[in-house]
Amino acid sequence: MTNRTRHAIEFLIERSLFLCAAFSILVTAGIVFVLLWETTAFLREVPINKFLFGTVWTPLFFDKQFGVLPLVTGTLLASAIAMVVALPAGLLIAIYLSEYATRKVRRIVRPTLEILAGVPTVVYGYFALQFVTPLLQSFVPGLAGFNALSPGIVMGIMILPLVSSLSEDALRSVPNGLREGAYALGATRMQTSLRVVVPAAFSGISAAIVLAASRAIGETMIVAIAAGQQPRLTLDPRVPVETMTAYIVQVSLGDTPGGTLEYRTIFAVGMLLFISTFILNLISNWLRERFREEYA
Amino acid sequence: MSAEMDARTRFSRLLGDRLLALFGLLVTLLALTALGALIFDVARDGIGRLSWEFLTSYPSRRPEEAGILAALAGSLFVIGLTAVIAIPLGVSAAIYLEEYGGKGRISRLIEINISNLAGVPSIIYGLLGLGLFVRIMGMDRSVLAGASTLALLALPVIILATREALRAVPKTLREASYALGATKWQTVWHQVLPAAMPGVLTGLILALSRSIGETAPLITIGALTYVPFAPKDIWSPFTVLPIQIFNWVSRPQAAFGENAAAGIVVLLAMLLVMNAVAIVLRDRFQRHAG
Repeated sequence: MTNRTRHAIEFLIERSLFLCAAFSILVTAGIVFVLLWETTAFLREVPINKFLFGTVWTPLFFDKQFGVLPLVTGTLLASAIAMVVALPAGLLIAIYLSEYATRKVRRIVRPTLEILAGVPTVVYGYFALQFVTPLLQSFVPGLAGFNALSPGIVMGIMILPLVSSLSEDALRSVPNGLREGAYALGATRMQTSLRVVVPAAFSGISAAIVLAASRAIGETMIVAIAAGQQPRLTLDPRVPVETMTAYIVQVSLGDTPGGTLEYRTIFAVGMLLFISTFILNLISNWLRERFREEYA
Repeated sequence: MSAEMDARTRFSRLLGDRLLALFGLLVTLLALTALGALIFDVARDGIGRLSWEFLTSYPSRRPEEAGILAALAGSLFVIGLTAVIAIPLGVSAAIYLEEYGGKGRISRLIEINISNLAGVPSIIYGLLGLGLFVRIMGMDRSVLAGASTLALLALPVIILATREALRAVPKTLREASYALGATKWQTVWHQVLPAAMPGVLTGLILALSRSIGETAPLITIGALTYVPFAPKDIWSPFTVLPIQIFNWVSRPQAAFGENAAAGIVVLLAMLLVMNAVAIVLRDRFQRHAG
């Protein structure tokens, strides 16, 4: 092979590898394009303030109302319950693994916990509906068969390893000098953990929490199975609600023809979902970068 | 300070310390118990329904006759096609970013874009698949549309995992190859990729095992919930195991609940096998590297 053909081949290979990498930009463009296209078509028929601030969501009924707020509150309610479970538990586990546990314990516990993140969400849905809801019904009065509480708790279990592993990473990357300084001043291990290490890792931990919240908002199958399909403007965790994601599933299961207003609602709701998770992910990335700058 | 005071403060200091450790351990055990309860609950409900007939029957309106053959075949077909689409694309992209990319502005943009894509909820990929593959490109609700959607979903995971594996290959290996007169691509193809292979394979298997459990994006593109036949080719309509499970879970009869549990046992067994393979590979990888 002459030098020139070899150069030409190398150049071709590099170009095609570059095209594969650049393809990911097309994926993002595709997502934005599809969502934007159908959402603008939707908003031509439904004014945006009626969509964003309306309090009744009945696009599949005869009397159609397109107020997305019930889906938003349903999503926020289930996600908030998940965070109430995952946040304290995940943080405690992270502190325990990073500051107290022996290496051996950590090496066993962490991968075992991470199995929780690998379980398919449809399995969690089954678990929420068939195990957690009946269990909760035995001591929560007035808990309906479909509710926000049970899928919220199960979602919390699902995102727990995300909070605990990322927070543990943040805690462990706090320089040991800080801990030693605290010990030298006579602090106990608890005082060191809670008043020195956790505050020092604060931005890293917040990044983990925000990412977990974004995951909870976008989670679909658990709520689609166990929370019900009744868009309802309520903060009562005992009654059936519907999340944004569950609504998309509900419409997809029916046979809605393309191009109709009902069909477009799922893209409008998807757009809202995409924007909110995107903003949360940006915040999380920004916090993580800040944390990295502090201890790089 | 009196000696008595001293003893008391020391006691309370120690107590707080122990309490935090105890609490941490307790919550950890609680989380592990939840995992145990999940597996136990599914196994208890489902094991009784597992049989050869269950694996080799098509779905039916009578729960005791229904099986998962169509769903199982659909899952394997879709995942196979997903792998064929996503792996070459993802690995090539990772090679570019890790070995060629440098710190240029476009590379940086692509990197940020990929980490953002990794955070997009899977159901949004379903909407993309519905709008793009099913409607605009006219693939309808076919195996190809499903696999293309899952491939886009798996792409960021594959790229991130492959990059990590490539990064773990020592620089000296590349330098030695260059010193012998190899070109960049020869170095990548003959030295770096083989050295990174176990790590790359681990990442690929984990990414695909995540795709096997995906339900929401496939429901969104309109995958059917009742399919009484196995897919013939890439244009066939299909269902997958998670969708079959979802379909059974949403029915009120208890007997279908048992079917769902049995389906979950099969799904978890598939994931277990894939993850075991990944762990064995990672283990070999670590031994080689160490």
